[in-house]
Amino acid sequence: MNSLTKKNDKSFLLSLRREIRKNWSLYVMAAIPVAYLIIFKYLPMYGVQIAFRDYAPAKGITGSPWVGFKHFQKFISNYQFKQIVWNTIAISLYQLLTFPLPIVLAIFLNYVKKERFKKAVQMVSYAPHFISTVVMVGIIIQFLDARSGVVNALITAVGGEAKNFMAYPEYFRHIYVWTGVWQGIGYSSIIYIAALSGVSAELHEAAIIDGANIVKRIWHVDLPAIRPTIVIMLIMQCGSILSVGYEKIYLLQNSLNRNQSEIISTYVYKQGIAAALPQYSYSTAIGLFVAIVNVILLILVNQITKKLGETSLF
Amino acid sequence: MNSSFKMKSLSDKIFIIIDYAILIFLFIIVAYPLLYVVMASVSAGPASMTLYLIPKRYSMAGYEAVFAYKDIWIGYANSLINMVLGTAVSLTMTMLCAYPLSRRDFKARNVVMTLCMITMYFSGGLIPTYLVIRDLGMLNTRLALILPGALSVYNMIVTRTYLMTSIPEDIWESAQIDGCGNLRYLLSMVLPLSKPILAVVGLFYAVGIWNSYFDAMIYVQAKRALYPLALVLREILVLDSNNMDQLDINTLLAMEERRNVMKYAVIVVSSVPVMIIYPFVQKFFVKGVMIGAVKG
Repeated sequence: MNSLTKKNDKSFLLSLRREIRKNWSLYVMAAIPVAYLIIFKYLPMYGVQIAFRDYAPAKGITGSPWVGFKHFQKFISNYQFKQIVWNTIAISLYQLLTFPLPIVLAIFLNYVKKERFKKAVQMVSYAPHFISTVVMVGIIIQFLDARSGVVNALITAVGGEAKNFMAYPEYFRHIYVWTGVWQGIGYSSIIYIAALSGVSAELHEAAIIDGANIVKRIWHVDLPAIRPTIVIMLIMQCGSILSVGYEKIYLLQNSLNRNQSEIISTYVYKQGIAAALPQYSYSTAIGLFVAIVNVILLILVNQITKKLGETSLF
Repeated sequence: MNSSFKMKSLSDKIFIIIDYAILIFLFIIVAYPLLYVVMASVSAGPASMTLYLIPKRYSMAGYEAVFAYKDIWIGYANSLINMVLGTAVSLTMTMLCAYPLSRRDFKARNVVMTLCMITMYFSGGLIPTYLVIRDLGMLNTRLALILPGALSVYNMIVTRTYLMTSIPEDIWESAQIDGCGNLRYLLSMVLPLSKPILAVVGLFYAVGIWNSYFDAMIYVQAKRALYPLALVLREILVLDSNNMDQLDINTLLAMEERRNVMKYAVIVVSSVPVMIIYPFVQKFFVKGVMIGAVKG
């Protein structure tokens, strides 16, 4: 038995050596990205342990004392905890509600027969995707300005009252989500347009002969055909419920809307990097908390769709 | 066939009308703000803008203010440098990873692929990554803006899928018989054949770098000379702090008007590079999303 495994080991090593000699340049090539992953992705994962320690820069990661779940408890018992977690979930779920819109757009585009009109709508609707977050927020702030903003100009033109929208916490979520729709609806629809172009024309012809109108064909032919794509995209979005687009939210924040706009990621940044006395361990613990919840949600949604007999991510 | 055409008439006609109406509405909703920004930037100020997108008075003051603002141009240069260097590094890294992974006879394929996939679902998070960058001594250097995001596993997988599906394996086999090594094969066969995918992925990287501000805010905070355009824009557009005292302005209201025009002008100026290439590259982006979708 022993000699057998030894022999196996030996032949494994031998074949490995032959393989490396044959493909050595492939190994050299792959070594570079692997080194990159180790340094910039896996070292930080190793560093996550400071969530369970009292990290002090002078002592280093492994030199800092273990403190168990102290930082997690501190976060959960923080007076802002409920508010921050709720803000994050509320914005995420709100955003999730707009998930079908790109699908609707793709379907509408799919039934446009005039090629040039279709191209024009696509061209214009993709454009906002290329506007950077900072510029996007700049536009939002300019447009919503109480005195000079075009939105208020439109509102007063139809007899409404001008408002400084950015100063009202209750508008924050709407602003964030709907400007996101404005910016992303076209680009997000590409993937569904691609899926729809793969639906066989024969199915449609057969449905027409059976007397199905367009609405029925959408329901019975198009939607079932692109269901796998929809499910995959949905799983992916559910897997990031606790990590909404903090880059944009951080920029949209101001002292007046903070009680609705403070989310977990912006809180982590403020506690861990922007603070005068950065709390590295504390903010790492919060980050880890988010990552774990995200992975659990991803697996959960994936299992549910699998149970329902749908496509799944893994 | 005849009867099916009759069916089409009523309910389908209504649908098509609604369809076009909604798409025209969407077109306006998206195009109007974009046009408004452009028109406001050449107006004398938001107060002289009309809702019909035609300003009552035109003025180039916004652009003059932008051109006189030195920080913007330093940021512009930084963003261009980061974009060119970053895209080059990222493409090299992506190819070095995607090519070996596309080779079916590469034994370490699954191990490397797993290493890559894990990073798609797990990450150390903001703070531990920051600490690694800090410990590497890269804070406040350009490297911190280029290296941490050098490889996007998603882009790498898209590239790999392309290499595996559109470069026939026979080419490698015959090249091998002719005594062509891996490296020469990559340089003289694979690279020329993968130009389309390199264009797509390169654009993904380039636009990403041009638009990013968060990394710079974290990593080069203390060094203004390295601020990319996005970070300068943040000061002007979001924090609303600018060195306007350089300009002579008489009244407070006029100052605010000028400030606003300048903001619109800076939005236009900063979006120009991406918007100019956009019509040409649009189809590449579409292609990239589709190749990515094949793999899911």
